[in-house]
Amino acid sequence: MARLVVLGGGVSGHTAATFAAKWLGSAHEVVVVTPNAKWNWIPSNIWVGVGEMSKEEVTFDLAPVYAKAGINYKQAKAVSINPEGSELVNKPFVTIEYTLAGREGMTENIEYDYLINATGPKLNFGATPGLGDANGLGEFTVSVCTADHAVHANEEFQKSIQKMKKGERQKFLIGTGHGLCTCQGAAFEYIFNIEHELNKAGVRDMADIKWISNESFLGDFGVGGLHMKSMGFAVSSKIFAESLFTERNVDWIIGAHVNKVEKGKVHYELLSGEMGEEEFDFSMLIPPFAGVGLKAYAKDGTDITATVFAPNGFMKVDANYAAGAYENWKASDWPKTYQNPTYGNMFACGIAFAPPHPISKPMSSPNGTPINPTPPRTGMPSGIIGKAVAHSICDRILQGENAPLHEASMAHMGAACVASAGKGIFDGTAAAMTIYPVVPDFDKYPGTGRDTDYTFGEIGLAGHWIKHILHHLFIWKAKLKAGWTLIPE
Amino acid sequence: MSKKVEHNIKAYGNNFTTMTPGPFAIKLRTCKIWQFIRFIIINIKMLVVVRKSH
Repeated sequence: MARLVVLGGGVSGHTAATFAAKWLGSAHEVVVVTPNAKWNWIPSNIWVGVGEMSKEEVTFDLAPVYAKAGINYKQAKAVSINPEGSELVNKPFVTIEYTLAGREGMTENIEYDYLINATGPKLNFGATPGLGDANGLGEFTVSVCTADHAVHANEEFQKSIQKMKKGERQKFLIGTGHGLCTCQGAAFEYIFNIEHELNKAGVRDMADIKWISNESFLGDFGVGGLHMKSMGFAVSSKIFAESLFTERNVDWIIGAHVNKVEKGKVHYELLSGEMGEEEFDFSMLIPPFAGVGLKAYAKDGTDITATVFAPNGFMKVDANYAAGAYENWKASDWPKTYQNPTYGNMFACGIAFAPPHPISKPMSSPNGTPINPTPPRTGMPSGIIGKAVAHSICDRILQGENAPLHEASMAHMGAACVASAGKGIFDGTAAAMTIYPVVPDFDKYPGTGRDTDYTFGEIGLAGHWIKHILHHLFIWKAKLKAGWTLIPE
Repeated sequence: MSKKVEHNIKAYGNNFTTMTPGPFAIKLRTCKIWQFIRFIIINIKMLVVVRKSH
């Protein structure tokens, strides 16, 4: 019997573990180690953050789902990996620390034949003074990165609405809280939900709403922007995004590295080197991401963390980490199999894999401060990569260790993104986009880097309906209900 | 409706060079029949992208 250990139960880890359990059957063991008791459909946290959904509608208990799937579930966080074993144990193992009530702090070593690192990110609030610290979110801003954060965000949002109803003008500042953030799309969706809800509450005229982000142009989204077909033109996402912001009377600050947050005020540095300040009454700023801080040790106890992980804490995979300057970047730099180059039985998927470099062109201010989005690895790509990695490992377990690995390069993969405002069936609206491929390939698609036959964007009710359907469809799939394998990632 | 959106443009401000939707474009976004057609088309497009990605 072989044992596959999956670290993390988010979109990527959950997809990998559930497919592996299905393909391997009871002859082999799948173990999931995740510190969370609940699974969270993160895209819908946006609706929780404006009070349109409850936490219960975007989360569910993992234990009964894993029990049904025959997965050994350990509510714990991974602390370290011994890919060669230790002087006492010959097999590789991972050390975990329980977070389960009643067993908090207890540690255990779990031996494995194959390991998937799908731990997701550490929300690195501590990177910006005042945004938070090592313990998490600070007191001056809110976040929608977790369901609990989103509940808190809505509580603060409702307070602002009450103030406006009493005649007190409010300033809303939404965006990214550091020069190296990713997930601009989540903040983008949140700012339009804020605007929609303020309209609904009849207080829009009492609000000043502003966007602040590390993108060098509006609509970069961490993927260097995109060109989409519209009205016979290949239109830049810059035009698309600027039009949306203008239509909703939302101003913006871009190319900004937020370097300090205080009560009611952020300090920032622009790509031009200029320093600025922006006041706010309510602010949601996405933190930068980092690896979760897993350590790795050789058989003799030597620390080999730097061999297994990149400096940002994400796991090294089959990417080209020596591409160098932007001018040298190729689509082929991006990983295909997500196998660790040193230890062939270790893989990483979702946010946990170390990308070879950003997708957006790296930029810095004259002061040397890097200000550019880091690459998104969430949502659809995250699920597809998780499934491909699970497929590779299952083949190696069932067919032998020379079975070919499955590939899922982000340079050959598209993504669908729906940013929706409002929750009513007929009073909401959404920007629906697809992008193909996620990582531009300027050799294959000269000019835009993408296939404009499959890269499009559209605003309207239709996208909003799709967003609703996706919410229910993906929670259905994650709960492993009837037909779950037929629902694509 | 279109005039209202145009009024948001600030001369030589951030949004001075962007485009804004007119009343017809805005109407189409909420026209249930048109949006149902777009719903079918967008779904097909997304499924093609999903298929190409696996």
